Amino acid sequence: MSTLGRPRPWISGGALSKKNLIPGEKEKHPFILTTLDQAITWAQKNSLWPFGSGLACCAIEMIATAAARYDISRFGMELFRASPRQADLFIVAGTVTNKMAPIIRRLWEQMADPKWVVAMGNCAVCGGPFPTYSVLQGVDRVIPVDVYIAGCPPTPQGLLHGLITLQQKIAKSHPTKEIFHADARRTG
Amino acid sequence: MPEEPADHPALKRVRESLMTRFAESVLASSFEKGELVVEIRKEALLPVLGCLKAEHGFNALSDIIALDNMRHAADTRARFSVLYQLFKFPEAFRLRIKIELAEGETADSITGIYASADWAEREIFDMFGIRFAGHPDLRRIYMPDDFEGFPLRKDFPLKGKSDGL
Repeated sequence: MSTLGRPRPWISGGALSKKNLIPGEKEKHPFILTTLDQAITWAQKNSLWPFGSGLACCAIEMIATAAARYDISRFGMELFRASPRQADLFIVAGTVTNKMAPIIRRLWEQMADPKWVVAMGNCAVCGGPFPTYSVLQGVDRVIPVDVYIAGCPPTPQGLLHGLITLQQKIAKSHPTKEIFHADARRTG
Repeated sequence: MPEEPADHPALKRVRESLMTRFAESVLASSFEKGELVVEIRKEALLPVLGCLKAEHGFNALSDIIALDNMRHAADTRARFSVLYQLFKFPEAFRLRIKIELAEGETADSITGIYASADWAEREIFDMFGIRFAGHPDLRRIYMPDDFEGFPLRKDFPLKGKSDGL
């Protein structure tokens, strides 16, 4: 779209109202210049739908984060889904046992791409205080993790910091690469 | 609830009754912290528990506990102890029946007397590998079905045999 040498504001109600149009001149519309990557990631990072898998005490902090005092909806994440098919953010909150591991893997596989995983708490990060026969030593042994949040359990501030970190990571990603290379996001 | 249940005459009567009726099966009996503990031969488990429930009114099985004694220095004892915690409503009497099992020995399932023994015996099978003859559905309850080994045995490595998944 060109201004044909005529200096006009691009986004301005006054300049675009019909009465200001010169007869014969085409109607002008506002526009924004950006890259497709930025537009997509802007939408993605600001409306993450979490799938909260509250496996242990970390779930309590996750619930507190969703409640009024910390209010996760400030980041567009208030819509906790009970089904992995409706979510794109997997918050693994708590201890993953070896018995639970295949279920976590399956739930992750049921989520539609694009999807992100946050390992919340020491247990999900590395097994935490349970180096035992029954506990998975880090959820990253069964699913890829985007952000690790340490703490036992992490405070709501800690979880929010992790989620903001994830938003920054999403903002730097290049979703359009996936059009040409399906594995682009997974391999970086 | 009496202040000292062990001194209660009813509990002493239970003890006397078991001592006379199952004289050959009762190995020892004592009061521990106000609770009666009776150690019996494992073959007498079903008749003793049946008698306690039917005649002495111990109408609830609180829990079944297993112990692995392999680290005791004196190895005169059998490897496993199994303890049956009985409870009597509404008097709130507690009674503990104790049997000992060597490795590989089987205990009789008491699910026919106390239905609540079902999961308790499955838990002991899962953790210690003790088998209960006559249990309707003896399979693992906590660990995955393909898990190998019995984690609460003292010779089981803490991190598991595969050193974690």
